[in-house]
Amino acid sequence: MTNLTALTIATARDKLAKKEFTAVELTQAHLAAMDRHKHLNAFIAMTPDVAVARAKESDARLASGKSGALEGIPLGIKDLFCTEGVQTTAGSHILEGFVPPYESTVTQKLRDAGSVMLGKLNLDEFAMGSSNLTSFFGAVKSPWKAKTRSDDLVPGGSSGGSAAAVSGYLAMGATGTDTGGSIRQPASFCGIVGVKPTYGRCSRWGVVAFASSLDQPGPMTRTVRDAAIMLKVMCGHDPKDSTSAPMAVPDFEAVLGQGVKGLRIGIPKEYRPDGLNTEVAALWDCGIQWMKDAGATIVDISLPHTKTALPTYYIVAPAEASSNLARYDGVRFGQRVEGKSLDEMYSKTRAAGFGTEVKRRILIGTYVLSAGYYDAYYLKAQKVRALIARDFTEAFEKVDAILTPTAPTPAFGVNDPQDDPVAMYLNDVFTVPASLAGIPGASVPAGLNSDGLPLGLQVLTKRWDEETMFRVCQVLEDAAQFPFLKVTP
Amino acid sequence: MSLDKATVRRIATLARIEVPEAELEATAETLSGILKWIEQLAEVNTDAVAPMSGGTDLKLPWRSDKVTDGGQRDKVLANAPDPQDGFFGVPKVVE
Amino acid sequence: MSYIIKGDTGEWEVVIGLEVHAQVISKAKLFSGASADFGAEPNMQVSFIDAGMPGMLPVINAHCVQQAVRTGLGLKAKINKRSIFARKNYFYADMPQGYQISQYDMPIVGEGILVLDMPDGSTRSIGIERLHLEQDAGKSVHDMHATKSFIDLNRSGVALMEIVSKPDLRSPEEAGLYLKKLRSILRYLGTCDGNMEEGSMRCDANVSVRPVGSTELRTRCEIKNVNSVRFVMQAIEHEAMRHVDVWESGGKIDQETRLYDSNKNETRAMRSKEMAHDYRYFPDPDLLPLEFDDAFIAGITSTLPELPDDKKARFMKDHGLSAYDAGVLVAEQENALYFEEAAQGVDAKLANNWVSTNLFGLLNARGIPITESPISAKNLGRLLQLISDNTLSSRMAKDVFETMAETGKDADAIVAEQGLKQITDTGAIDTAIDQIMAENADKVEQYRSGKVQLMGWFVGQVMKATQGKANPGVCSELLKKKLES
Ligand SMILES: [Mg+2]
Ligand SMILES: [Zn+2]
Repeated sequence: MTNLTALTIATARDKLAKKEFTAVELTQAHLAAMDRHKHLNAFIAMTPDVAVARAKESDARLASGKSGALEGIPLGIKDLFCTEGVQTTAGSHILEGFVPPYESTVTQKLRDAGSVMLGKLNLDEFAMGSSNLTSFFGAVKSPWKAKTRSDDLVPGGSSGGSAAAVSGYLAMGATGTDTGGSIRQPASFCGIVGVKPTYGRCSRWGVVAFASSLDQPGPMTRTVRDAAIMLKVMCGHDPKDSTSAPMAVPDFEAVLGQGVKGLRIGIPKEYRPDGLNTEVAALWDCGIQWMKDAGATIVDISLPHTKTALPTYYIVAPAEASSNLARYDGVRFGQRVEGKSLDEMYSKTRAAGFGTEVKRRILIGTYVLSAGYYDAYYLKAQKVRALIARDFTEAFEKVDAILTPTAPTPAFGVNDPQDDPVAMYLNDVFTVPASLAGIPGASVPAGLNSDGLPLGLQVLTKRWDEETMFRVCQVLEDAAQFPFLKVTP
Repeated sequence: MSLDKATVRRIATLARIEVPEAELEATAETLSGILKWIEQLAEVNTDAVAPMSGGTDLKLPWRSDKVTDGGQRDKVLANAPDPQDGFFGVPKVVE
Repeated sequence: MSYIIKGDTGEWEVVIGLEVHAQVISKAKLFSGASADFGAEPNMQVSFIDAGMPGMLPVINAHCVQQAVRTGLGLKAKINKRSIFARKNYFYADMPQGYQISQYDMPIVGEGILVLDMPDGSTRSIGIERLHLEQDAGKSVHDMHATKSFIDLNRSGVALMEIVSKPDLRSPEEAGLYLKKLRSILRYLGTCDGNMEEGSMRCDANVSVRPVGSTELRTRCEIKNVNSVRFVMQAIEHEAMRHVDVWESGGKIDQETRLYDSNKNETRAMRSKEMAHDYRYFPDPDLLPLEFDDAFIAGITSTLPELPDDKKARFMKDHGLSAYDAGVLVAEQENALYFEEAAQGVDAKLANNWVSTNLFGLLNARGIPITESPISAKNLGRLLQLISDNTLSSRMAKDVFETMAETGKDADAIVAEQGLKQITDTGAIDTAIDQIMAENADKVEQYRSGKVQLMGWFVGQVMKATQGKANPGVCSELLKKKLES
């Protein structure tokens, strides 16, 4: 029998239907791989009992011919999605032991489609980070190693557990969430596909909130087709989320293979700053050539407010987070540190429950919203955000899609010094503008640098046009012939 | 704008996060560094620009006035650190 | 009605603005599907949204939006077709999300007017600054444990309308009238039951004082959550005196939030509000702007009832009632409806007398609302008709009224049972008069020699002889004729 963990979702789907193996066998192969690769620390909690029970149900449905779109497919769930009866921590000490009595809309949809939950994936605390170093449950290690160094590398973040699990064959796919690049950047670091759909495509109900106007769930898989299959299941209107789009869900898989002939692909000059990593720049040029070869027209464009996106993001996101995280107060759920007074209990609970980066962002967010500073910071950021969104609207009058690098660098070392928060924030320089504009974006693994580390290219389209995005991604994937990690049987 | 210790103390109180006296200085320094970087936004001309406050321009959906939820005290209290006779317990609030 | 505080240094006037939190009448909460009813077991009417659980999101209740617009229209206010929900951030034990979803710089309702009906029959317009929608907090119970407070989230998320007046009120009495009038309008509209004791209407009063003649606004204090009209008036009176004392003794009033203690009749600064307010309002990113069109407003306008001011004007114009009488009748919609039904086909002043004096007297004595009156409006109306067509004298009518109140029977049945028909038949009265005149020749003589005051005595005798059934008018007419012939 072939190594089951190496299959794509699309292939496994067909083989399960043909009864070449059972869902339980497929699940157990993944549970075994998870066990073998515990050192990656990709999972905060493995849920083998849940997985096997659901796989058995899948086999029953497969036998009766009543299978769903992801029947029997083992997936990892980022530990930011509330899962009924299964601990959900958001990577934070403050939520340690929290067992939601409800299931997030996205994971419910995945469950209803027959997928099997393998466990809850590690992440940066409250999804704040680009390295997975801020998790209370320890750093995740990338399954990738550089040629020239032997130390462990970060998987990127915040969906670092998801990226590590999918690239390391511990899960066929995983859910991620993307606030400023948290799906796309780790996908780039780990050499997988990561899709952040249009804001409003996937319900946020039951997803622990970081920054409400930016957070968006999405799939992380090894192929573009798998991402299309998974996204179709994950998205759709949810009356419980007031920002969820009341729109029909397109069949994303159906557009794959339509190619990019005749499409206009925009290349924004602002994404090539002085000093851009030369290998990243070179790979981008490669991507441009692939597009031309496939019959697309390349159009040079300008997104003039690109440079302002990161500082804008680091006002908007912490401001929203400072408010969203106020509910972690030790009263109704989560950890509590007792105090003599209510305020003392709050202050001690939150000081002990949150990590350094989370506290830093809450304080920044509190400051930029506070009396006397609101206009200069928060209101200003909202206005600049409008300009950034306008840049994209104007660009999409000239082009059908935009191609850029996903991240400015390949993965760095787990132990590389990280003393400057702003330097860390720069990881998201290419992903944050699309987050602010609410447009869809995807990262496709496009090649390795000279040190053998994955680099991704990012595809952006206008709101609600994931179909064009998937067409471009498919062409990139076909051209790149990305060398995935070798699977150890 | 660089933050002083008093400001950090004030926002930490607003945010209900205890910051030990000994850490105030270092925290002020880190936060000031981030703020200094953020302040490049001041250079952007935003005259006559309407602020964008949400992630989407969809219309706010309304639900009908029906009782569809509640009656689940056990679940509501299931994760409470200090449940008390069907209530959430907290240190006594004196008014 | 000018209210002046005479201090040692001169005369002071008080400047008052009221913020009223009115619970919206709705089945479910503002942003969740849990019930908004009163009185459930603790935490039994709580959704995960109301408990601020991770990942929970608000979805707005359309009916609450309608109720807010309806109230705005009732206050003749500007309705904002686009408004914004904002988060008001602060920590409190019974506020689970760590913020209250409220409205800040763009409320659903803007400026309006509330007309006070002054005791002398005049009116005074008080400006409404705004009305916004927001969520209520839960409830903290402090007396169940020595060292702990207990939190019940049943109220968490219930829809409130915060109605803010301009600082146009100038006396405790005006504040009381304002609250009563607002409550009346809310009840007419059916948007809030106005029950201050149960907390479905709560009042914060902003109070400051200034020397008479001055137009400055001095530092104000906010007195929180006073739970009856009387206490609001007392709290304002006390607070105004305190301000005068402080200013006159060379001190300074600090802007602060204070609590009224009705037992001690004093206000004191609230401990929990000591820290500087900094609510860090910002638009709630979980909710998009609240928008509706003119058709939505027009639909609500078309269902508005006749409101107290219009009703009062109509009662004055159509029924010839005085401003005072009309004002009393329209204060409660049920009273006005009762009056209108009872007054059909009879003189309005007669009807007003019976409703305002006899019926209200009866209800007051029994301590019951008009909706539980033992005498229905229809039955009282019939009684008034019997008075109008001279079937009953007013004395007989009072007896019938008493019997109606005791038995709930209608007037016709009682009149028939007790044979209470008034005698207007001149024959029967003639006979009685002749007999009385014959038996009292001396009195007849005195009358005829000029002692006309005896007329009353004669009428009384005739009434006595007819067991009160003689029509007094007919009676005195016949007597006069016979005595003077
Ligand atoms: Mg207020
Ligand atoms: Zn309020």
